[in-house]
Amino acid sequence: MQPPLIFDIKRYAINDGPGIRVCIFLKGCPLNCRWCHNPESISPQRQKLFSADKCIGCGECVASCPQQACKLTAAGIVTNSQRCKLCGSCAEVCPTLATELSGKYRSTAELLRIIEKERPFFDQSDGGVTFSGGEPLLYPEFLLELLAACGERQIHRCIDTAGLAKTETLLEVAKHTDLFLYDLKLLNNEKHRAWTGIGNELILSNLQTLAETGAAIQLRIPLIRGVNSDAENIAATAAFVAALPGTKKSISLLPYHNIFSGKDRKLGRRRNLDGMTEPSPEELQRIIQIFAGHNLLATVGG
Amino acid sequence: METIDRPETAPEREAAAEGNFYPATENAIGPGMNERIQRLRKLSVETAPSLSIERALHETVFYKENYGKYPIPVLRALNFLDHCQKKTIYLGADELIVGERGPRPCAVPTFPELTCHSVADLQILNNREQQRYRISDEDIQTYAEQVIPYWQGKTIRERIFAHVPAEWQAAYEAGLFTEFMEQRAPGHTALDGQIYQKGMLDFKTQIAAEIVALDYLNDPEATDKAEQLKAMAISCDAVIRLAERHAEWAEELATRESDPQRSAELQKIAAICRRVPAHKPRTFHEAIQMYWFVHLGTITELNGWDAMNPGHFDQHLAPFYTAEIAAGTLSREQAKELLCCFWIKVNNHPAPPKVGITARESGTYNDFTNLNIGGISSDGQDGVSEVSYLMLEIIEELHILQPGNAVHISSKTPDRFLHAACKVIRQGHGYPSVFNPDIYVMELLRQGKSLKDAREGGTSGCIEVGAFGKEAFILTGYLNVPKIVEVTLNNGIDPLSGKQVGLETGDPRSFKSYQELYAAFLKQLNFIVDTKIRVSNYIDRMFAKYAPAPFLSVVIEDCISKGRDYYAGGPRYNTNYIQCTGLGTVTDSLATLKKHVFEDKTFSMERLLDAIAKNFKDDEFLRQTILNKTPFFGNDDDYADDIALQVYADLLGAIDGKPNTKGESFHLNMLSTTCHIYFGKMMGATPNGRLKGKSISDGTSPSHGADTNGPSAVIRSLTKLDHTMSGGTLLNQRFLPSLLQRDEDIAKLGQLIRSYFTLGGHHIQFNIVDSATLKAAQECPEDYKDLLVRMAGYSDYFNDMNEDLQQEVIERTENEAF
Repeated sequence: MQPPLIFDIKRYAINDGPGIRVCIFLKGCPLNCRWCHNPESISPQRQKLFSADKCIGCGECVASCPQQACKLTAAGIVTNSQRCKLCGSCAEVCPTLATELSGKYRSTAELLRIIEKERPFFDQSDGGVTFSGGEPLLYPEFLLELLAACGERQIHRCIDTAGLAKTETLLEVAKHTDLFLYDLKLLNNEKHRAWTGIGNELILSNLQTLAETGAAIQLRIPLIRGVNSDAENIAATAAFVAALPGTKKSISLLPYHNIFSGKDRKLGRRRNLDGMTEPSPEELQRIIQIFAGHNLLATVGG
Repeated sequence: METIDRPETAPEREAAAEGNFYPATENAIGPGMNERIQRLRKLSVETAPSLSIERALHETVFYKENYGKYPIPVLRALNFLDHCQKKTIYLGADELIVGERGPRPCAVPTFPELTCHSVADLQILNNREQQRYRISDEDIQTYAEQVIPYWQGKTIRERIFAHVPAEWQAAYEAGLFTEFMEQRAPGHTALDGQIYQKGMLDFKTQIAAEIVALDYLNDPEATDKAEQLKAMAISCDAVIRLAERHAEWAEELATRESDPQRSAELQKIAAICRRVPAHKPRTFHEAIQMYWFVHLGTITELNGWDAMNPGHFDQHLAPFYTAEIAAGTLSREQAKELLCCFWIKVNNHPAPPKVGITARESGTYNDFTNLNIGGISSDGQDGVSEVSYLMLEIIEELHILQPGNAVHISSKTPDRFLHAACKVIRQGHGYPSVFNPDIYVMELLRQGKSLKDAREGGTSGCIEVGAFGKEAFILTGYLNVPKIVEVTLNNGIDPLSGKQVGLETGDPRSFKSYQELYAAFLKQLNFIVDTKIRVSNYIDRMFAKYAPAPFLSVVIEDCISKGRDYYAGGPRYNTNYIQCTGLGTVTDSLATLKKHVFEDKTFSMERLLDAIAKNFKDDEFLRQTILNKTPFFGNDDDYADDIALQVYADLLGAIDGKPNTKGESFHLNMLSTTCHIYFGKMMGATPNGRLKGKSISDGTSPSHGADTNGPSAVIRSLTKLDHTMSGGTLLNQRFLPSLLQRDEDIAKLGQLIRSYFTLGGHHIQFNIVDSATLKAAQECPEDYKDLLVRMAGYSDYFNDMNEDLQQEVIERTENEAF
């Protein structure tokens, strides 16, 4: 199986699990959520990113491209995607980082070296490593090798997942995972399909199965008004979570922000943002109350 | 600390604008101040600093009459006594801790024997926009008639400048280094716990015994020692007399006072002033007043840098606090009130202004008295007490410019204390800064201090370490290390003035390798350091001979037993420091040269030097390549970090262990205070893409915007340096309030500090940025690549956010900052 591309490594990650962590982002996701704040995480392929505002029009990339795929226009660099082989020589020479290539292969040994660098911070904060994405469960072999190696080194392991993976993969990964950060977006299957491109049956059954194994799970809910912050969805979510076996689950509410529109531009992508807004503080309080009604603790933030 | 420009994070605010007092917020860790403290604070904050010519007048009359009659130390002590006998005593309404250096709060005396202000200086001080010191035309007239004519040509400053060699003058004017002691006396000192065990009369007994024991038969220094010791005894009398005069005035005021409660307070003040500093203190109140009289004595005798520091003040006060709380003679609230009175006293003492003032060198009112809070005790135990927590509450609630304060976090310090300190840090005043006793004790041990003395040591002024109460650790000035690179790239010429300021080490265009370039840099470095040290040693002796400090010598251990002055090797330990600035700028510049010019040959030396000369005006490609495609310091990248290590090792080689005039040695600090701004103004563009006139990096922090991998990578880079070889390093980290919203975020800040300290860091401070900084980041993103913003649930770099979201963060920060 093809190893994953890594599109980001974030050190001093303080919102992706307990303590101070290093977060490794794997490229590729089976979902296509309309609100996704990391749009470059969706495709499993390398992608060229371009920020017109950073381009100084030096033309170095045009000269460097072995495929003659880059062209300097009034609107900045235009890339002929038919010709472009994503070799990265344009990003290599670009002096301003206007052109970047998202996605880099990294060996497990290299990643372990990077993770180890953060050990003093883990030790002080009970932190560790978080594998996020995209969807890390898309790459079980790679992931299991890293998880096992981190386990041997007594590094705390989190998996940030949307839950859409083969159940046996999830259960195998669970043997080597200390905490799951499990996303729950919408309880209504049709709405889930409409907003993310795919139904939620497997996500919910996987969560149920995972909880039955006694795995530590923290639930994360991206909250978008117009999508899932309505009382109906929250009540259904709360009822579902409350009924899960095992220890009581805590819930992190992640209010929507329009953080990604800059990233969309870089990808040359447009999407319809209609109908999605940030929930108000009052709304957040109401949502916390609904969870509290099911004896569940929900907090804002990761 | 020497400051050349206004500090970037001036914590002072318009007090009146917010009803004078910090409102109790939900983030506050204690209740607000009482009305007395509110009134005293208001007076301190709202009183415009002024100059007082009283000390200069007394001194001039005294010198005219007595110069030549006495040995210099005795003359100095008698001059001090004379002023203490004559000076105006101030005792304000509400005060519980008493004593002002000038005739009223915020009135600063001058020290014409060191450096005499001209009429023009005084007029500029009175009229300049920033950091004004008010002085009346009448006083200027008096100064011109009675003070200036006597001191002209006699001041220490004039005598120094008459002797400095041409190469020193050239390097100094080019901004290659500064010299602390051309304006003020050497200082930076802090006290140990001695003055809580001994009164001035006890010191006098000890001095008398030393005089009796002098061996004129065998000791060629016996006469000199006798003079020093006599001077010390006189200076003890001076401070006792100063206190008695406060007692007399308090008694007088008590009889006039109609409010019986205030009358009783005044009588208590009188009793305390008759007790201390003549005798050792017995109560919490007496202990604070004891320190304050000693503080006043040292800053009246001379105008030493960093005023005076009480050292581990919480540890010194803790036994008094504990005993009195147990006995029921003091409540927590009363203790806090007394501490607040002390805080305000320190704030009443703005720094003495310099001479030859230009608008640019307007400086700061901060005189850098700095408190060490927490840390470890001299027997290696945890030093945190209830007094430490009281002090944190006061820092949070009183919110005034002075005194500076630092928390000391050892491996033994409880998390509770660290957490309380982080909550204060979160308020964004820039205080407290955080120090690591586990490392600075090792720094002091390496310099040869005993374990006990090292543990009782700490940091004074900014980040410099010393053995409190036992050491003269003299900061001699800042070294502009990036400027040495600039001079190297110009074959010894300062490109700004066109003058020869360094050695001729060759045209860099002819250099075949990075090693050749670095060897030239090293030659320049050693030349500049030696040029500086020669003059520092000369100045050291000038002070020792002509401006000794007999009173300071009383309270610093071993001066009495050695019969030597503080400036002449009297203290148990004697260190001279050179403070090196701009490690980030130097490393990034050298990394650019190494990678792009010599290794990858991205561009030639010719093209780079040409671009630098034009301030990168026509070569944005070059500059952007440098900024974005060069390994910079602070990213945990060995390519850059190895260069930093090499530079650090060579700075140590150039400075560490060079002899000073007291039979001991020079050491280095990695510190800039605000001097990196001045140094930046004295430089053209640099190879790391920094533009002409822009600030260089500070002590050991990465250049602004150079670190793009977050604080843990910065810490990894910084701790590749062995901090124990220095006398202090400085790390400034920018944080947005949004990263410190929740209790668990604050805990993570504490864990970040613990991580840094476990890895061997000396000091870290957090600049919780305000909306002005964010706006600057919008306009000039390349300087702010390191700004991390926390959104709910995730964090992102400010630069990566779209404009609307940036705007939202700015608005939110405005609400959060204070």
